[in-house]
Amino acid sequence: MEDIVMTRAAFGTTMAFHIIFATLGVGLPLMILLVELLFWRTKDRDYETMAKRWTKAQAILLGVAIPSGTISGVQLSLLWPGFMEVVGKVISLPFQIEIFAFFLEALFMSIYVYAAHRLSPAMRLLSVFMVLVGATASAILITNVHAFEGTPAGFRISNGEIVDVDPWAAFFNPSFFVTAGHVTVSAYMTGAFAIAGVAAWKLLRSEKGGRVYRYHQKALLLGLIVGGSFSLLTALNGHESAQLLHEYQPEKLAAAEGLFETQAYAPLAIGGFTDRETKEVKYAIEIPWALSFLAANRFDEVVVGLNDYPEELWPPLYIHTLFNGMVGIGSLLIVVGFLGFAWKKLLRRSEFPRWVLWIFVASGPLALLGIEFGWIFACTGRQPWVIYRVMKTVDAATAAAGVSTFFWIFLAVYLFLAIVTLLVFRSYFGRHPLELDPHDQPRERTAE
Amino acid sequence: MTDTIIAITLLWIFVVIYSVAASFDFGAGFWSMIYLNREKTKATSIANRYLSPSWEVVNVFIVLIVVALVTFFPGATYTLGSVLLIPGSLVLLLMLIRSAFMVFSHLIHKYDKTLSIVSGITGILVPALLISVLPVTQGGFIQATDGIEHLDWSLFFTSPHVYAYIGLAVSSTLLLSSLLLADYSYVAGAHQAYSVYRRDATLLGPITLLMAVLTVVTMQIEATWLYDRILAYMPWLIASVLFFFVGYIAVLLPPERRLIFHMPRLAVVAVTIQYLLASYAYGAARLPYIVYPHVTIESSFTHPDTFHALFICYLVGFAILVPGFIYFWRLFMKDEQYVRQK
Repeated sequence: MEDIVMTRAAFGTTMAFHIIFATLGVGLPLMILLVELLFWRTKDRDYETMAKRWTKAQAILLGVAIPSGTISGVQLSLLWPGFMEVVGKVISLPFQIEIFAFFLEALFMSIYVYAAHRLSPAMRLLSVFMVLVGATASAILITNVHAFEGTPAGFRISNGEIVDVDPWAAFFNPSFFVTAGHVTVSAYMTGAFAIAGVAAWKLLRSEKGGRVYRYHQKALLLGLIVGGSFSLLTALNGHESAQLLHEYQPEKLAAAEGLFETQAYAPLAIGGFTDRETKEVKYAIEIPWALSFLAANRFDEVVVGLNDYPEELWPPLYIHTLFNGMVGIGSLLIVVGFLGFAWKKLLRRSEFPRWVLWIFVASGPLALLGIEFGWIFACTGRQPWVIYRVMKTVDAATAAAGVSTFFWIFLAVYLFLAIVTLLVFRSYFGRHPLELDPHDQPRERTAE
Repeated sequence: MTDTIIAITLLWIFVVIYSVAASFDFGAGFWSMIYLNREKTKATSIANRYLSPSWEVVNVFIVLIVVALVTFFPGATYTLGSVLLIPGSLVLLLMLIRSAFMVFSHLIHKYDKTLSIVSGITGILVPALLISVLPVTQGGFIQATDGIEHLDWSLFFTSPHVYAYIGLAVSSTLLLSSLLLADYSYVAGAHQAYSVYRRDATLLGPITLLMAVLTVVTMQIEATWLYDRILAYMPWLIASVLFFFVGYIAVLLPPERRLIFHMPRLAVVAVTIQYLLASYAYGAARLPYIVYPHVTIESSFTHPDTFHALFICYLVGFAILVPGFIYFWRLFMKDEQYVRQK
């Protein structure tokens, strides 16, 4: 028992660390592509400067994302050999295609970063586009495996043997499209709010009305519009995700909502804590009928409660809080995105008040926090299964001793790298402050 | 050819490509550390220039190998995952740190020296750890208690065969990379760097050969089954040794001479062929065992339908990627301006 906790902790730490860089690594290329396109359309050189500076940020993040992604891949085999055996027989396609996506991303990122000054504008655009395609495809394909864990398809287990294997049926498992969509749009949202957050921070510290101020305002507005739009898409898709849970993993939805009694006209509980003893959600705001509507778009839908399942098959009840955190942050970010858009475009004010800027600053870290909540919710909510109703997490784990030692070592290395990454950010952008050329200066790309 | 043979061949091709490419990469890291304080020879900057764009692509290959292994031979994952947890995790840690510093030093030049030291040390440790997979899977080091397999460390650390492999891995890494860097600096016109790397290569050649002989000799004692089988591939081993001498003589000859290529390039090509031949003999002799004596390619093979789907994906994937690789090659390896950095 102790071992399984340590194994999960070891893999969980790797993932928690990796997804920060992976999510930004999917989101930032979209922003870079957008400013490259904006530069091409408007010839406003501020956008070119943004592309250059964001690429540097992307390169730093990628320096951690690629190796930590490599670690996740190899650790899967080292820590979860039982799981990987099923993966190898049934759901190996996404892993394998993901390698090609990863290659594509690494190849074009190397080209874009190390040979930027030798590329024609069209090749630059194509390279960033390829990085975006590679990064997005990687995210989608890895999510494919995650979707398979929740809604396995394409095989049967008979007498301990894996039979009737259909790799494409496993690939196009029921929750693939919705889950992959959720991961993709939320990553775009996070990349955009990260940009908006930094821009807002810079606006707080630069002189109003100057060139620098206008530069950051452009970045902020772009981040808010893109982030707001994608957070809306994330929410719409999240609604579908919830319905998918209702259909395929009812006990996960029940635990997410702290619902014990199976009932029609089920209420939605917001906030509070699920109490295992009294079987209720304490200190929550309850919206009558809302959960039934959420689950199937009708109020008389019967939503299954946890009491219908033996207690040892319940997901941990704290996922209610994670679920609330994810949904709460997502909803807040839609408002934040709209606020920015409305202030500038509808009210036509040229400047944001300071308190609004502070909200924007918070949007970047909040988006990342939402990603972490969502990911932990998705994986712990599936417990005790690693493959839903097929394989228990305990049975998939490595039997090798010494996992806990590596947990601590990896944790220390991740902390160290996180600090070094921050120092590198500070040092690079500290030595290369924003320098805006006057508009009339001839166009020139400096080689580094 | 059966499906299993196709699968193991593909996997072995990846392993060999990675070993050669990673040897260039890791070795270059080591040399850039060694020549850190000899700025006028440019030996370090030549090594770093080769290193910067190539590591990411080489890095992807290790994932390719793991994924190919797990997807083709899922039955081997359980044993390999349990037995290789510690060496595998160590490799991952070292590579994480190395890769991160690679990128950082590109952006911030004050990290250049730190990078050289980090990549120099990891450049030696990683091949030494990676090679240990071979003796471990040759059998003899894996013990099972209560049905749980684990590596017997005391046997492992007292085995001359393991040390012979480590010696072979380290010297090969250094030999291959010094040859490549000699060629690279010759093309770049950095004469001092060229003579430095050429001297290293001439020193390392005999050491590597000695290590190879030691590996075979210790194999006779510790993995007799494999030794007996490998003898059946004697012609391949002899051809391999012949190519070693071709490469070694090419290094000693004046670089301007040409035989298809100029001499430094010929040396790189010949020694690479030497490794391909030896890898073929070793790989073929090991068949059908992935982990001797319990796990074979048949016993651990994936579902045939999955294999067919995977195989088609490989064909499509490589068809898409190859143009990208060629473009990459032309940008960094063939572009005179980049190599000479004028």
